[in-house]
Amino acid sequence: MYHNIAIHRALYASDEHQMVRQALIDFLKKEAIPHQEKWEKEKCAPKAFWRKMGEQGFLCMDIPQEYGGGGFDFSFNAMVLEESRRLGIDFGQAVHSDIVAPYILRYGTEAQKQHYLPKMVTGELIGCIGMTEPSAGSDLKSLKTTALDMGDYYLVNGSKTFITNGYVADFVCCAVRTDVGISLLLMDKELEGFTTGQPFDKIGIKYQDTCELFFEDVKVPKDNLLGEEGMGFKYMMADLPRERIGIAVESLGSAIGVLEKTLQYVTERKAFGRSIADFQNTQFKLADCAAEVQVYQAFLDRCIELQMQHQLSTEQASIAKLKATEMHGKLVDECLQLFGGYGFIWEYDVAKAFAGARVSRIYGGTSEIMKLIISRGLFKEFYRAKQKELAFQSNTNTQLNK
Amino acid sequence: MIDYYFTEEHNMFRESLKTFLQKEVVPNIDQWEEDRRIPRSVWKKMGEQGFLGLSYPEKYGGLELDFFFDVVFCEETSKVFSGGFAITQTVTQYMSSTYIAKYGTEALKQKYLPGVISGDLIASIGITEPTAGSDAANIKTTATLEGDYYVVNGSKTFITNGVYGDFIVTVVKTDPKAGPAGVSLLVIDRNAEGVSASKLKKLGWHASDTAELAFDHVKVPKENLIGQEGRGFYYLMGGLQLERLVGAVMGYAGCESAMEYTLQYMSEREAFGRSINKFQVLRHRMAQLATEIESCKQFVLYCSRLHNDNKYAVKECSMAKLLASELSDKVMYQCLQMFGGYGFMEEYKMARMYRDTRVGTIGGGSSEIMREIIAKMIIDDVSYQSASSNSETPSTNGEINLDKILDQIKQRAEAASPIGNTLKFDFGKEQLYIDGTADKNVVSTENKEAACLVESSFEDFLALTKGELNPMGAVMSGKVKIKGDMSVAMKLQSLFN
Ligand SMILES: Cc1cc2nc3c(=O)[nH]c(=O)nc-3n(C[C@H](O)[C@H](O)[C@H](O)COP(=O)(O)OP(=O)(O)OC[C@H]3O[C@@H](n4cnc5c(N)ncnc54)[C@H](O)[C@@H]3O)c2cc1C
Ligand SMILES: Cc1cc2nc3c(=O)[nH]c(=O)nc-3n(C[C@H](O)[C@H](O)[C@H](O)COP(=O)(O)OP(=O)(O)OC[C@H]3O[C@@H](n4cnc5c(N)ncnc54)[C@H](O)[C@@H]3O)c2cc1C
Repeated sequence: MYHNIAIHRALYASDEHQMVRQALIDFLKKEAIPHQEKWEKEKCAPKAFWRKMGEQGFLCMDIPQEYGGGGFDFSFNAMVLEESRRLGIDFGQAVHSDIVAPYILRYGTEAQKQHYLPKMVTGELIGCIGMTEPSAGSDLKSLKTTALDMGDYYLVNGSKTFITNGYVADFVCCAVRTDVGISLLLMDKELEGFTTGQPFDKIGIKYQDTCELFFEDVKVPKDNLLGEEGMGFKYMMADLPRERIGIAVESLGSAIGVLEKTLQYVTERKAFGRSIADFQNTQFKLADCAAEVQVYQAFLDRCIELQMQHQLSTEQASIAKLKATEMHGKLVDECLQLFGGYGFIWEYDVAKAFAGARVSRIYGGTSEIMKLIISRGLFKEFYRAKQKELAFQSNTNTQLNK
Repeated sequence: MIDYYFTEEHNMFRESLKTFLQKEVVPNIDQWEEDRRIPRSVWKKMGEQGFLGLSYPEKYGGLELDFFFDVVFCEETSKVFSGGFAITQTVTQYMSSTYIAKYGTEALKQKYLPGVISGDLIASIGITEPTAGSDAANIKTTATLEGDYYVVNGSKTFITNGVYGDFIVTVVKTDPKAGPAGVSLLVIDRNAEGVSASKLKKLGWHASDTAELAFDHVKVPKENLIGQEGRGFYYLMGGLQLERLVGAVMGYAGCESAMEYTLQYMSEREAFGRSINKFQVLRHRMAQLATEIESCKQFVLYCSRLHNDNKYAVKECSMAKLLASELSDKVMYQCLQMFGGYGFMEEYKMARMYRDTRVGTIGGGSSEIMREIIAKMIIDDVSYQSASSNSETPSTNGEINLDKILDQIKQRAEAASPIGNTLKFDFGKEQLYIDGTADKNVVSTENKEAACLVESSFEDFLALTKGELNPMGAVMSGKVKIKGDMSVAMKLQSLFN
C-alpha cells in the first residue's frame, strides 16, 4: 500500500507472512464482512465463526505445535490483529489469543495446558479475562471478588464487568482475592453459580461482546489455580505489555483501513465541480493522516520485535498504547469529517470505525493510567541515576578526604 | 455570572420549560431513543403549554416574543440528553417553517403555521441531495409548472423529520438552466402522491428520523411556492444564518449539560481511594473545558443579540456555528474519558451525547464550509446582503444586451476607485475590458490581454451586478471562473457595490 510513501515493513516481509495475510483477508471477506450486520444485532460474533477462524489457523498463532498451535512467532499474531482491524472486523480475538492463551502457556500446569490450549487454537474453547469490577477499574488492586480456601476447592463470590467475550466465552481467567493476595483462577462457565449478563449495548464494536459475570458460591477446583497463589497481580502486570501492544496494533490497523477508504471516497465525491480531494484542506488533512500512520508503523513494528524478544518494557508498551490509540481517535475523526453527512450514516465503515475507536483509549488501561505508568518509570529511572551519582560523589569525597 | 441577555421573564419561561421537560421528556427519552421515534403527543403538549411558536406572529397562534426566548428554548431542549429530540423541534421551528413565515403567502401561512405552533405539524427542510450537500447550488430536483401544478422530480437525502414529518420546505429548480437564480422553495406535503421515504440508520441522533426522499412526478399546487420563483437561494442564504445560530446555541447548551453530568459522576466515582475529581489532571481538564464553554457561550449570545436586532451577521453566525460545534465534539470526547469504561456503554447518557455531537460539524454547513465563508469575508472582503422579504422585483428574463451591461458597468466602474490593474470579463463571444491602471477605471469592449480574466455567462454576470448572485457561490459553483491575478478579481466586489 502506498509504496511511494510507505516504508518497507521487514517484520511482515516473509513469504509465510504474505501467505497468511492473504489467506486471512480472503477468509474475512467471505466469512466475516457479509455477516457483520447480523452479528451487530445479536451483539456477538457466533461461536461457529470462532471455530472457522480456528480451523484456518488464525487463532493463537504463536502457541507451540505441541499444544496444537502453529508455533509461529508473535509477529503473526500482531499481523492478524492489524489486518482484521484494517478490514473493520472487530471481535475479541486479542483477548483470547494474546492475553488468555499466553497466560496459560506461561503459568499453567501441564494438565491445564493440555486441556485448554489445543481447543483454544481450534476455537472450540473461547477464553476471556476477568479483571475489572464495577468499583475496580483503573485501580485494579481494589478488586473485591473473593476466593475462600475450602480445602479442595475455592469458594468464589463477587462479580466482574466489561468482560470482553464474557458472553461467548467458555471460561474466564479470573482475578480473585485469596488469603495471600490476588490470584488467577480458570473458571469454566458450566460451574454452578457462575452466570453471565446480557451483552452491553455499546457505542461501537457492537459484535465484540462485553458483559458482566456473576459468581455466587461458585466451587472452583484447586487444580484450576493458574500459577501460584498470591501471584496474580504480578502475572497480570508482567503480561500487560503484550495486551497493550496488541491494542496499539489494532488501532494502527483500523487507522490504515479508514485512511484507505477515505482516500477512495474523497477522489470519487464531488462538490463545487471538483472532487473533495482537490481541496487543499483535504490534501493536507490526509497528508497528516498518512504521516501519522507511517510513524506508527515504524514505531510499532519495532515494539513488536522487542516483544518477540521479551524485551518490551511496561513503559514502552504504555507509550505505544497511549500514542497509537490517541492517533487512531484523531485520524478516524478527521476522516469521518471528509465523508460529510455520509460519515454519520451507520452503513459507512468510517462511522463504525469512529464509534469503535473511542474505547481504545479506555480499555486495557486508560490513557491517564498509561501516563501514570510512563511518568513513574521516568522518575524511577531519574532518581536511580541521581542516587548512583550521589553515591559516586560521596564515594569520591570520602576517598579525597582520606 | 451576571446575565446581560436574559430577563426575569426569560428566566420564568426557562423554569417552566425545564419543569415540563423533566416531567414529560427526561423519563421517556431512553425509550424514544430506542424506538427511534418521538410520539407526537409530546409536541402537542408543548404546543398547548405555549412553548412553541415563540417568535411567530400572534395571528397564527404565536407569541411574538424576542429571540432570547428562542435561545432559552434551544438551550433547554438540548439538555435532555438527546440531540434527536432537540433537532426534531428546532428544525420545525427555526429551520423550515421560518421560510413560510417570512416569505410565504397569507394562504400558506394560514395553512401551515397554526399547526406548527400548536405542535400538530412537524416540518422538514429539504436541501441536501445525494450528490449535492455542501454545494447546495448544485441540486438537481426539478419543479416544472404544468397548469396549476408544479410537477416535482428528484431526490433528497439526510432530511431530518423526513420520515414522520408532515411537510417539507423543498429546494427545487424551477429553471434548471438559470443556476442559483433558478432555485425556488416549494412546500410539499409528506403524504402527497409520489413522495416516498426510506429511513437512514445513523451513528447518533437516534430519536430523530432522517430520510432519503424520492419525488416521482409529485403534483404540488402552484400556491405552495414560497415567495417568488427563482429567489429560493437568497431566502435560503438568509435562513441559514438562523439555522447556524440555533446550531451554535444547541452546541454550547449540550456542552453545559455534559459538563454538569460529568462533574456529578466524577464526584461519585472513586479510584485509588479517592473520588476521581481529586486528580489534578482531571481537574485541570474540566477547568479548561468550563472556560472554553463559557467563552463560546458568551460569543453565541452576542450573535443572538445581533440576530435579535435584525442584523444580518453572516460572519458572526458562521463563526458561532464553527466554534460551538467543534467545541462540542471536544467536550463530549473529553467528558466521556472521565467515565472510563462506563462512558462506552449505552446505559450511560454520556455514550449517547458522544454519538450525537458528531453531526454538529457536518450538518447545516460543515466546518470546512464555515471556514470558507469566513475566509472569503476576512480575506477577500466579500460581503453578503440579506434577502429582504416580499418586495423584490422579479429578475428580468428578457433579452440581455451587451450595451445595457456596458452602460451599467461603465457608470459603476467610473464611480469606483481604480482597480489598479487590467481586468477582462469573457462572456464567450463578447467581452468587457476594464483598465484601471491610471487614475480612473476605463471600460470598453476591446478584446485585449488582461492581468485577470473572469469568465461567466451573461445571465450570471447580470445576476452578479444586481447582487442576486452571491460572488462566492458563483465562483465556488464554477459559474464564474477566475484566471490570472486573483487580487484584481477581489476588487470585483467594489464594482458591484
Ligand atoms: C468495551 C470494553 C471492553 C473491556 N474488556 C475488558 C476485559 O475483557 N477484561 C477486563 O478486565 N476489563 C475490561 N474492560 C474494562 C477496562 O479495562 C476498564 O474500563 C478500564 O480499565 C477503566 O476502568 P473504569 O472503567 O473503572 O474507569 P475508572 O477507573 O473509574 O476511571 C474513570 C476516569 O478516571 C481516570 N483516573 C483513574 N485513576 C486516575 C489517576 N490516578 N489519575 C488520573 N486519572 C485517573 C481514568 O483514566 C478515567 O478517565 C473493558 C472495558 C470496555 C469499555
Ligand atoms: C443527521 C443529519 C441530518 C441532516 N438534516 C438535514 C436536513 O434536515 N435538511 C437538509 O437539507 N440537509 C440535512 N443534512 C445534510 C447536511 O447538511 C449535509 O450533510 C452537509 O451539508 C454536508 O454535505 P455532504 O454530506 O454532501 O458532504 P459533501 O459536500 O460531500 O462534503 C464532503 C467533505 O468535503 C468537505 N468540503 C466540501 N466543500 C469543500 C470546500 N469548498 N473546501 C473544503 N472542503 C470542502 C466537506 O466539509 C466535507 O468534509 C443532514 C445531515 C445529517 C448527517
